[in-house]
Amino acid sequence: MPPSIQTVIGDKITLKSPTILASGVLGISTSIFSRMYDAGIGAVVTKSLSTEPWEGYPNPTIFSVGGGGWINAVGLSNPGAKNFAGMIKSSQSNNHNSVPIIASLVGSTASDFESMINEFADCNITAYEINLSCPHVAKVGLEVGDDADLVTKIIRSIKNVTSTPVLAKVGLGTSGYLDTVKSAIAGGVDGITAINTIRAMAINAQTQRPILSNKIGGLSGTPIKPVALRCVFEIASKFDIPVVGCGGISTWEDAVEFILAGACAIQIGSAVGHDTWIDTFNKINHGITSYMEQKGYLKIEEMVGNAQRS
Amino acid sequence: MHRDPNHPTIVTIEKVIDETPTVRTLVYSDDIMSGVLPGQFAMVWIPGVNELPMSVMISTEAGKAAFTVRKHGPASTGLYNVTAGQQIGIRGPYGNSFDVKHGKLLLVGGGTGLVPMMRLLTATRHSDDITVVIGAKTKNEVFFESLTHQLLTNNTSKRVIVCTEDGTLGQKGIVTDVVDKLTSQTKFDGVYTCGPEAMMYKVVNLAHKRDIFVQASLERVMKCGVGICGSCCIDSELVCRDGTIFDGAYLTSNPEFGHTYRNKAGISQKY
Repeated sequence: MPPSIQTVIGDKITLKSPTILASGVLGISTSIFSRMYDAGIGAVVTKSLSTEPWEGYPNPTIFSVGGGGWINAVGLSNPGAKNFAGMIKSSQSNNHNSVPIIASLVGSTASDFESMINEFADCNITAYEINLSCPHVAKVGLEVGDDADLVTKIIRSIKNVTSTPVLAKVGLGTSGYLDTVKSAIAGGVDGITAINTIRAMAINAQTQRPILSNKIGGLSGTPIKPVALRCVFEIASKFDIPVVGCGGISTWEDAVEFILAGACAIQIGSAVGHDTWIDTFNKINHGITSYMEQKGYLKIEEMVGNAQRS
Repeated sequence: MHRDPNHPTIVTIEKVIDETPTVRTLVYSDDIMSGVLPGQFAMVWIPGVNELPMSVMISTEAGKAAFTVRKHGPASTGLYNVTAGQQIGIRGPYGNSFDVKHGKLLLVGGGTGLVPMMRLLTATRHSDDITVVIGAKTKNEVFFESLTHQLLTNNTSKRVIVCTEDGTLGQKGIVTDVVDKLTSQTKFDGVYTCGPEAMMYKVVNLAHKRDIFVQASLERVMKCGVGICGSCCIDSELVCRDGTIFDGAYLTSNPEFGHTYRNKAGISQKY
């Protein structure tokens, strides 16, 4: 029997493959979601949605810093939860869309998140991913993630208004990210996505200016992979909670390493900036399948966390 | 030295040419940009101002390239105001290129949409029978007319039709009326267009309904240029990766082309 790359996140989410499109990347139109699903993704995470539409920062907002690394400060541009929910609803009612959608939400207060979840009442949403880790926008993202009590309050209030699974996306802020994980678990979260981009900047020597219009943004891609891998490993070793790995994954070897560290699924973002673009997903899926054949694994679950053995 | 196409490379503007009261061409030296394929674009960083996608303009001098910009919003006005000696950053080249047919060709450019048409002319043959239609509102907004003649010097069969809405130069009327007439009379081997989307929409439909191969170069809000951010999506395609050039056969079935675009927040809006 050939191995299956179907994976589960907790007991409520089953995906056809463990490769998920990370938030902020391409997640803007349902037509693209269908194309990405055909390209092998198990689910798409939307751009982080806010209560109102946001234009984001002026350009430059994204560029490479070499070595597979990217810096961005897009500023969470998004059409707002209401507009986005409307698009998903019309697409799902036309049966165009069977791709599992994980709605990423960003806000400052529990009521922000509750009101956004209400907008999705008529949509088929696979999970919500709460953005506790965007490093370059004030009063949301990491600034929320760094407030342990607020994290618990937000997750608890979300769990009170929806039965849809809730993931918390954590990152490296000023407090310990493991404290954020602990707070999210206290609020009843169903899984953790780790990690987001890491605060960073780039300065151009010739023009003597920061390149990003926001000056400071987040580093993603290959340079942060070892850091993200360490975080996934630590979370999986300290907590009994499903972990979705994210950060610098661009090859099947990277994906397998995250699964062995304890991730039941992985997210891919910056790697779509490479030449293989959206073919990256199927390439990684095929590589995982070959690896499973070589090692005699039949299911992803059999691999998850195997590097945790002492 | 290895150059990362996705990180701004700094070039110095060497010459600024006033094309019209609102359009300028900025010339710089760069071997990579001088040799890009017709229709390809760069992300152009004006330090301290903004970054915007620009079709790469040709230069008549070897090893040089240019950007031709009309001052409009903050970013394009910032680029327009760059003077000789100032530095800008460029990423790319990005995007696909025109599928260059040979034989009877029709090129239709409106405003700075003429930029990719000029580079396309450098990829045609002297034996091609080429018609170029240049559209503008009024006489003092017409540019690249003499450059077009210069690029077609060695073609025996050629026409350059200038068309202004107020009739102050060339034919009076709108570009698409000229295209309607031309495509009804001649079975072109290829029609290429770039300019305002309403113009391209008509040109594409006029050619496509007459079974003429047609391509248009599209513009959408763009941030990364490499297919990460998704800002430039048009239905399931990305203008930066799948385009900017699309075939008429695809565009005539696209629900967004000619009708809607996404704003900076990603909200679909009507033209």
